[in-house]
Amino acid sequence: MFYVSGINTAPPEAGPGVVNEAHQLEIRDRIVKTIYREAEAIAARVVRQTGPHRDWEHKVDDILTSRLLGFPIMFLLLGLAFWITLVGANYPSQLLAKALFWGEERLSEVFVRLDAPPWLHGLVVTGVYRTAAWVVSVMLPPMAIFFSIFALLEDLGYLPRVAFNIDPLFKMAGTQGKQALTMSMGFGCNAAGVMACRIIESPRERLIAILTNNFVPCNGRFPTLIALTSIFVGPAAAPGFSSLAASFTVVGLILAGILITLLTSWLLSRTILKGVPTTFTLELPPLRLPQVGRVLVRSVLDRTLFVLARAVTVAAPAGAVVWLLANISFEGQSLLARGAGLLEPFGRALGLDGFILLAFILGLPANEIVLPILLMGYLSAGTMVEVDSLNVLQNILVHGHGWTWLTALCTMLFSLLHFPCGTTLFTIQRETKSIRWAVWAAVIPLAVAGLVCFAVAQTVRSLGLV
Amino acid sequence: MPLATELRERFNIHPDPGAAVIALAGNPNTGKSTIFNALTGLKQHTGNWPGKTVLQTQGTFHFGGKKYILVDLPGTYSLLANSAEEIVTRDFLCFARPDATVVVTDATCLERNLNLALQVMEITSKVIVCVNFIDEARRKNIFIDVDCLARELGVPVVVTAARNGLGLTELKAGIDALARGQIVTSPRRLIYDPDIEEAVARLEEKIPGEIKEWINARWLALRIIDHDRSTLDNIRQYFKVPEWGVLRERYKYCPT
Repeated sequence: MFYVSGINTAPPEAGPGVVNEAHQLEIRDRIVKTIYREAEAIAARVVRQTGPHRDWEHKVDDILTSRLLGFPIMFLLLGLAFWITLVGANYPSQLLAKALFWGEERLSEVFVRLDAPPWLHGLVVTGVYRTAAWVVSVMLPPMAIFFSIFALLEDLGYLPRVAFNIDPLFKMAGTQGKQALTMSMGFGCNAAGVMACRIIESPRERLIAILTNNFVPCNGRFPTLIALTSIFVGPAAAPGFSSLAASFTVVGLILAGILITLLTSWLLSRTILKGVPTTFTLELPPLRLPQVGRVLVRSVLDRTLFVLARAVTVAAPAGAVVWLLANISFEGQSLLARGAGLLEPFGRALGLDGFILLAFILGLPANEIVLPILLMGYLSAGTMVEVDSLNVLQNILVHGHGWTWLTALCTMLFSLLHFPCGTTLFTIQRETKSIRWAVWAAVIPLAVAGLVCFAVAQTVRSLGLV
Repeated sequence: MPLATELRERFNIHPDPGAAVIALAGNPNTGKSTIFNALTGLKQHTGNWPGKTVLQTQGTFHFGGKKYILVDLPGTYSLLANSAEEIVTRDFLCFARPDATVVVTDATCLERNLNLALQVMEITSKVIVCVNFIDEARRKNIFIDVDCLARELGVPVVVTAARNGLGLTELKAGIDALARGQIVTSPRRLIYDPDIEEAVARLEEKIPGEIKEWINARWLALRIIDHDRSTLDNIRQYFKVPEWGVLRERYKYCPT
């Protein structure tokens, strides 16, 4: 295995004075052969194999990576993961929301007892606390469930097989299959996905993987996608199948994201990041039964709480800023409403409206606060509202602000494709050691999101479908 | 010539006079991280390898009243190709000179794993081989003759099933004995083709004594014959070598 890669990556910049290259490769070749021969000889003396060997494993592998079934199995597993997440997260989310808003009332009582000025109460309780509470209650349960399922698949050894399945597609796009792995990490958190790009040796391919990582929705965006599909897709499906229909709509969106990833990678590798895709050796590790307990503990401790803590630290100050924007008025209109007014024409062209666009911009620090900001803007109540049931949300969007299925579709597409969050951009800057690439990482997705939403909105409108 | 602690500090190993430094090497997917976690528990911290975007994890454990700093090296199949992971692993073994190196292998595909073990043994003699996933091998009807393996390799061999916590005490005891010098190893020497061996013998003599003190001369001679530019450049980076010109002239390796 490394016999080949050893030769390919022999000292690249052979300077003057190095003896002829063929001779050099021949020596390397003979050295490696000696090592292999010895290892083989030792193993022959030490290892004894009785009976058949890994037979069922080969069969399972053949199915998991087969041309015919490889992709359908992948999408079924992904759909299943979302379905479990959607169904399982519902109840704990409500419970958490209830608990946290009970806490808010107690906090308000403290403010009243201390005779605090109303603006302070507004800023701290309805701005900071309520935003943080929203983020926790909306994010924590789906994240804990989805991360755990993902960690189990990882421990099982399924992810390298996904990379194996997708590799030909990435090769066509001018990059390589390891990007499939970093892309999957992006489902959890794009910043983590960008960090994971370290496994790609070629700097060119690493950059492509980094720049396109945001096209898979991270945990901060799943709640938005899930809520909108539940409202606009679920009720349209046959009774009893609504959560199933919603899960597979999310899978469809993810497929769209993967398609855009491939297209953008293809474009990048033909324009600013030209080059020939490198080969890579990917070991398919043996499939192992996951150690459920340990995996769950590690995934909750390492990933879930880590990502959550970061989201809360970002969301809390953002909540304060948004509260200020919604409550400071200029000529009788809040700054939030003014900003939305300015953005209205752009939003309309993209199938959105001014408030939605503004929410995405203000949501730069963390994607999970986009929907709360939007609601705050719509209700002009000056604070984020806790929308207990999806019916209320539906009422606000459809009856209050004229959302159609096109608005929902464009919002989901924009959420899927737009610039990554501040943390991710910061991570990109750190990983590439370049502000330029971090800027590209925001500009490219923004352009893609704008183009796609514009195209969809204009097509649907000109066909008179809405 | 830099001091030992100085070189180790370049790899983010903070000087600790009472502690021994242990490296953990192995192919990917051999359960290396499981062993690392099992040995160090929660006493770990992470950073980057110097100058590389490769994750470095260090942890500590105590055994027999002695403190051990365990350094998790990136998973690699070889030390010959020049990926960032391989360079980090090779440089750490070469320059930080761990007091013992554990090579974790997968019992279900031992042959492939022995390639790395043999290469590590060329750099350092203080090696202990850990044969992991022994439970899984048994399930697959694969049997490993551990005593024979230890004899063949000339280094201690410990059998573990780290996911179930089996063999970890024996592993710690082995590390401890090796680091204290209670076990003296005689690693199997790889014999190359006669013309290579002849060139190695000639070259070994030419390697400056101060470098021989630090780096296995035979291994270095092989790298020079192999024109392994990255190894040689890094040696120049870590040591100032007055007599390097000899090598350059004779063997046409021309560091700029």
